[in-house]
Amino acid sequence: MEIDPLIFRLSIFILSIFVGYYVVWSVTPSLHTPLMSVTNAISSVIIVGAIIAGLSGDSNNVFNTSSIFGFLAIALAAINIFGGFLVTQRMLAMYKKKKKDK
Amino acid sequence: MISANLSAIFYLVSGVLFILALRGLSSPETSRQGNFFGILGMIIAIAVTFLSTGNFSSGFIFVLCFILAGGSIGAFIAYKIPMTAMPELVAGFHSLVGLAAVFVAISAFLNPEAFNLGTVGNIKLGSLIEMSIGAAVGAITFSGSVIAFLKLQGIMSGSPITFKGQHFINALILISIVILIYLLCLTQSSNLFWILLAVSFLIGFLLIIPIGGADMPVVISMLNSYSGWAAAGIGFTLENTALIITGALVGSSGAILSYIMCKGMNRSFFNVILGGFGATEETSINSNKEQRPVKSGNADDAAFLMKNASSVIIVPGYGMAVAQAQHALREMVDTLKKNDIKVSYAIHPVAGRMPGHMNVLLAEANVPYDEVFELEEINNDFANADVAFVIGANDVTNPVAKTDPQSPIYGMPVLDVEKCKSVLFVKRSLSPGYAGIDNDLFYKENTLMLFADAKKMTEDITKNL
Repeated sequence: MEIDPLIFRLSIFILSIFVGYYVVWSVTPSLHTPLMSVTNAISSVIIVGAIIAGLSGDSNNVFNTSSIFGFLAIALAAINIFGGFLVTQRMLAMYKKKKKDK
Repeated sequence: MISANLSAIFYLVSGVLFILALRGLSSPETSRQGNFFGILGMIIAIAVTFLSTGNFSSGFIFVLCFILAGGSIGAFIAYKIPMTAMPELVAGFHSLVGLAAVFVAISAFLNPEAFNLGTVGNIKLGSLIEMSIGAAVGAITFSGSVIAFLKLQGIMSGSPITFKGQHFINALILISIVILIYLLCLTQSSNLFWILLAVSFLIGFLLIIPIGGADMPVVISMLNSYSGWAAAGIGFTLENTALIITGALVGSSGAILSYIMCKGMNRSFFNVILGGFGATEETSINSNKEQRPVKSGNADDAAFLMKNASSVIIVPGYGMAVAQAQHALREMVDTLKKNDIKVSYAIHPVAGRMPGHMNVLLAEANVPYDEVFELEEINNDFANADVAFVIGANDVTNPVAKTDPQSPIYGMPVLDVEKCKSVLFVKRSLSPGYAGIDNDLFYKENTLMLFADAKKMTEDITKNL
């Protein structure tokens, strides 16, 4: 009997939880706020689903009920992607070491 | 158009890049590179999606337009937002992830052919389960984050809103969500799908309203986690590895942060989620209100004490963020350092309204991160320090947590501020902190209360130094 592909995806999912567990424990506490903003940005990779939904209409009819929800989701996810990565960048640029005394 | 296998490999690459993005945050030096990996992963994921659909018709133009529109709004917010507003911003962003997940799920439900999930009214069972879980979690994330946002913004009162039978109603709704998903899978009825969404929005709202302001670090982390699980649910529906990996990463990241925050308060996760601190303790506080003498001083006294110190530890809290005192504080510290006084900062895990909140504010004020220490790193140093300068913190310094088993905060790890030779406590009044209990530190021999706005007091001290 063949294995359902769902099982493979489930394996990836479970293993990723463990990867996430160990990676996140090694994040230094002083960077917990950037951690939240960057996880925010990357979870917006949900935009790939939104794009598929947005492109589901045919060329005569770009906007149907399904694709409109797709387009809305694209805009929301894009706010998050740009906002999340840029604000993280802005925060990380502020973390500086002590200046060496001359 | 690229093959499904090739695009799956690219999605895997982008998932790995996201792991590296989080990995980079293990130290400030590697963090910027990490963020770059994250951006790269995102670009790959989006590009591959375009290539694999191979649809460059008029719809494609609209997709680009919406990306640009959303992107410019996001970029604008990212550049304009003041650092003190980070908790609100993160809560707001979580709500958007949640809503995007809901919209994708709706779209897939209305047009399953586009996602290869079957036909309307006949969606594959597995996909339907994944889709409805993703949609429900997304909806909870959305409404919960909106409430968290409103509370943090001060539009909604930060105090817990509780009513009789709250837990019972919540439990009932959660059970009904499970039943709705089950029925939805049996009947494929679109009405049930809409009801499921409505009920999930409602429970997200109800879950967050009983949680008070200072528990926000837990709430934000928890919603962070939910937004990840929602993304993973959608990832299963779309059979997309990048989404599954990311969802799992974000989900476990948020869960760990909630755990760290709960531990910082010595409370169980359920205790926080089930609502307000003060609620059960109210009677004991009121009976305990005898007048005790406090020593209060002014900026001049504080400056005198600090000038004669050889080491000073600064304990910032949410009050510093409210008063926007971080820049004034750093100026004061600069003056101290010119007088050869050793200064370090002590950060309690739950100081502020989100994990790492104080660290970001200090970084914004150009405080080097190697002068900033976590609770375990610095707690032994208080005994050797001359002055502790508490600015905007309260409950996290309360020695009662170590001495009085009756106290609601007993067992919570606290900063051993009272071990310092003298304590300067900047506060507007003697009112108790979030936990609703008196701080014993106010009445200690070696404590000098400085009643003023944190920013103004810090500026005055600098003038007197």
